[in-house]
Amino acid sequence: MGDEHDHDHAHDAHAPDAREELPENSRHELMAKALRELLIEKGLVTADEVRAMIEQLESPGVHLGARIVARAWVDADFRRRLLTDGKAAIMELGIPATEAQIVVVENAPRIHNMIVCTLCSCYPRSILGQPPAWYVSGNYRSRAIHEPRAVLAELGITIPDHVEVRVHDSTAEMRYLVLPMRPPGTDQLSEEQLAQLLTRDSLIGTALPLAPAPATG
Amino acid sequence: MPSKFIPGDRVRVLNLEFPGHVRTPGYVRNRFGTIERYCGAFPNPERRAYGEYDAPRRELYRVHFRQRDLWPGYTGMPGDTVEVEIYEHWLALASDQS
Repeated sequence: MGDEHDHDHAHDAHAPDAREELPENSRHELMAKALRELLIEKGLVTADEVRAMIEQLESPGVHLGARIVARAWVDADFRRRLLTDGKAAIMELGIPATEAQIVVVENAPRIHNMIVCTLCSCYPRSILGQPPAWYVSGNYRSRAIHEPRAVLAELGITIPDHVEVRVHDSTAEMRYLVLPMRPPGTDQLSEEQLAQLLTRDSLIGTALPLAPAPATG
Repeated sequence: MPSKFIPGDRVRVLNLEFPGHVRTPGYVRNRFGTIERYCGAFPNPERRAYGEYDAPRRELYRVHFRQRDLWPGYTGMPGDTVEVEIYEHWLALASDQS
């Protein structure tokens, strides 16, 4: 980045600069950009390595979480291992979980689990990728912990009164994945078809799995 | 290394007062809960945040709380719960009044 304009005019430190209003010009963005350019200039990393790391961070996604849950739905032994030691069971599927531990929490007829990080933005990133904007918002982080039913209702899920709502706060080293209940009417579906019913939010506990498409023919 | 608490133990979360980076949210301090599981020993985030990577590890637990014990005006159902990870030095047995 060159900064080669002539210094033949006075800079006014207090003059408003519209460019600073843009999110990509925030103080932290600019510091990150300066650091990246310095590291590249000094030959410590290459631009392509930075790009590849971003690609790697963003390539996990719901497809990995959906594979894990679909396998648990069809394989009771795997499900048991998943609930006992989530990370080890997930690694069995060839998914390289990098978190210290993945705690898999199982929904049941009398319990609905949901995940939040009230302190920052902890999320099972090696499985689900980067968290959605609402997950890291102050609004979700504060309300999910003390009025989870109201938050879920706004998201379209009404939890019956007899069902316990259990909120998991990712305050330290554990990361969480919700194992939803297998929807009724899915006995004939293959593992791959079951995985299609799982959305990202169903693995955070802020949605339920999709209903299977009606049988045809 | 044997952990100090076992699942089922009733514990109180201490309200330790020190500045800096801590991972114990305010809403559980001075509240009573139950040990759900022992998670293992991990680098102490209160030290690691300041670059002390070789500080002694700390034992971590998941602690189970009833919502109505955390929020006096909780508007959900009485059976609703919260589970939070808390480091051992922030916990005392509920029976220990010291």
